[in-house]
Amino acid sequence: MFAPFILELRKAGLPASITEWLALMGAMKAGVADYDIDDFYYLARTTLVKDERHLDRFDRVFGEVFKGLEPPTTLTGEVIQRELPEEWLKKLAERMFTAEEMAKIKAMGGFEKLMETLKERLAEQKKRHQGGNRMIGTNGTSPFGAEGYNPEGVRIGQEGSRQRRAVKVWDKREFRDLDDDAALGSRAMKLALRKLRRFARQGEANELDVDGTIGATARNAGTLDLKMRPERRNAVKVLLLLDIGGSMDDHVMASEELFSAAKSEFKHLVHLYFHNCPYERFWKSNRRRAEQTVTTWEMLRTYGPDWRVVFVGDASMAPYEIVEPGGSVEHWNEEAGKVWLQRITGHFRRVAWINPTPQKHWGYTTSINLIQDAMEGRMFPMTLEGLDGVARALR
Amino acid sequence: MQKFQSTERYIAPRELEVAVNAAVALQRPLLVKGEPGTGKTVLAQEVARSLGIPLIEWHIKSTTKAQQGLYEYDAVSRLRDGQLGDERVRDISNYIIKGKLWEAFEHETPVVLLIDEIDKADIEFPNDLLLELDRMQFHVYETKQTVVARHRPIVIITSNNEKELPDAFLRRCFFHFIRFPDRETMERILQAHYPDLRSDLAREALNVFFQIREVNELKKKPATSELLDWLKLLMIEDMPAEALRSNDAKVAIPPLYGALLKNEQDVHLFERLAFLSRARR
Repeated sequence: MFAPFILELRKAGLPASITEWLALMGAMKAGVADYDIDDFYYLARTTLVKDERHLDRFDRVFGEVFKGLEPPTTLTGEVIQRELPEEWLKKLAERMFTAEEMAKIKAMGGFEKLMETLKERLAEQKKRHQGGNRMIGTNGTSPFGAEGYNPEGVRIGQEGSRQRRAVKVWDKREFRDLDDDAALGSRAMKLALRKLRRFARQGEANELDVDGTIGATARNAGTLDLKMRPERRNAVKVLLLLDIGGSMDDHVMASEELFSAAKSEFKHLVHLYFHNCPYERFWKSNRRRAEQTVTTWEMLRTYGPDWRVVFVGDASMAPYEIVEPGGSVEHWNEEAGKVWLQRITGHFRRVAWINPTPQKHWGYTTSINLIQDAMEGRMFPMTLEGLDGVARALR
Repeated sequence: MQKFQSTERYIAPRELEVAVNAAVALQRPLLVKGEPGTGKTVLAQEVARSLGIPLIEWHIKSTTKAQQGLYEYDAVSRLRDGQLGDERVRDISNYIIKGKLWEAFEHETPVVLLIDEIDKADIEFPNDLLLELDRMQFHVYETKQTVVARHRPIVIITSNNEKELPDAFLRRCFFHFIRFPDRETMERILQAHYPDLRSDLAREALNVFFQIREVNELKKKPATSELLDWLKLLMIEDMPAEALRSNDAKVAIPPLYGALLKNEQDVHLFERLAFLSRARR
């Protein structure tokens, strides 16, 4: 029953390897978790998850795989009956009834009456739970729905001991905020952009290594030993093409953040601006109406194919702005935006498009799909995960 | 070896106990992350205390090199001694300075080795320690000797997430993320630290504290260590619990807030919020 667990984890994108799996097995053997499902959960988490961003995904998979796996015999003796909290019942009712059923409830004698019935049923069910023959709502005429009284694994009216706490730990999903699908802050962005950075020492050893020379000389107890080394430079050159104005105004903040994060990471960083879709010219300054422009041809001539190109734009516009000549909203363009995109992606080997629009909305916008095609699928959301993809595409 | 559990001074939730015990049982390093001030560093001290073994601390700075944890060759001294014609210069081992890892490997009893704030160091730092932490041995090139650990130390590594750690390194560690304690746990923590704390003061202080933490725009949310400092101040000042009631219109921000809010933007923000809530009333 454990093997599917790791497979599911990997399917969910957790980088759990066989090493970690063996570690978990080893810990089980060493008796770290003694037949206690909570301990097992903690143990599996500590061995298989290596990053708090993955904790939420782990919780979800764990809940999925080990659904219903609970010690059935820990309920020794009487189950302690507690007063059912009113609020809880109301919430339960809200979750379980459709509007139609709520109407029926009125017919049954209103909410108060219903609560009474629900309480009764719950009590009844508790007594019969061991046999497990009747959950609330399994009979068709009941207004309590068909989910069972316990759709989220919430148990009612038991003492909250560790073994029988009301909500399972992994169902609480307390680490949801840490999942890396969340949008980025500047700091996280910096982390991801770091991956782009590649310090490479290239060429001849033509620079005197002062520290190395002193070190080597001292090691030799004073006899001079010269050390040379190749010049060190950051080999990554980045051309940032930023969409401003129009539909991008919402995303200006996010773009700014990306921009400020990027600036400190590369030695060669050039930024140009466009509106919605690149055409025959780019703006050099972000007060884009200013005279400073550069034609796209000139840009292609100036920056060699070894430059990495990063577009930042929401790619949300009317489809004709990409497909048709003269489609631009600002001027008459002789050639369609698509053609220019093709020229750019053809010239530069490594290109990526960062889209601040949440990825789940992409499918609904035609222009995003068009650009995605033009970029040969190299469009990424503005999340840490997305930037990982960017780094991969540019590598 | 006996198992790690909460002590009277350190309240460890069950998940943390399991993580520590797993790391101890399998002799793997334990990587601990979490908000600043949630007791990552203190954990190592308490593990050492609870297991009754010594603690060796290695605090990492941005300039720390992995090699410094193993040993350093003090070439400059040797150069100087060479110029002065000192006899010591002939034996290279005179200039080998042992690092924290070596110290931990050599100890007669098992020890807890704390590698604190590993993310402060260079991005390659963890990679440079892979083999050493895996095999618990390393080679000294200058003297051609191999140092092997007598007992595998219990290694606890903390990180504040300033840099991402390499996968190869993570694979060798167990991982635990210290979650911010909920109110119930926080009460136990307060109990553990200040047994003679008045219960009304504790209640009001916790109210204020969790309210502050709910303000999302704060640059640095106060954590456990800030709360403990603040309460200590309140106790020294002998502050009455009523002074902390947030519905008291005269009190804009909590008394002695300096222990909780650590930069002036946060203080301004808080004053503004307090002003707004008063205006609404």
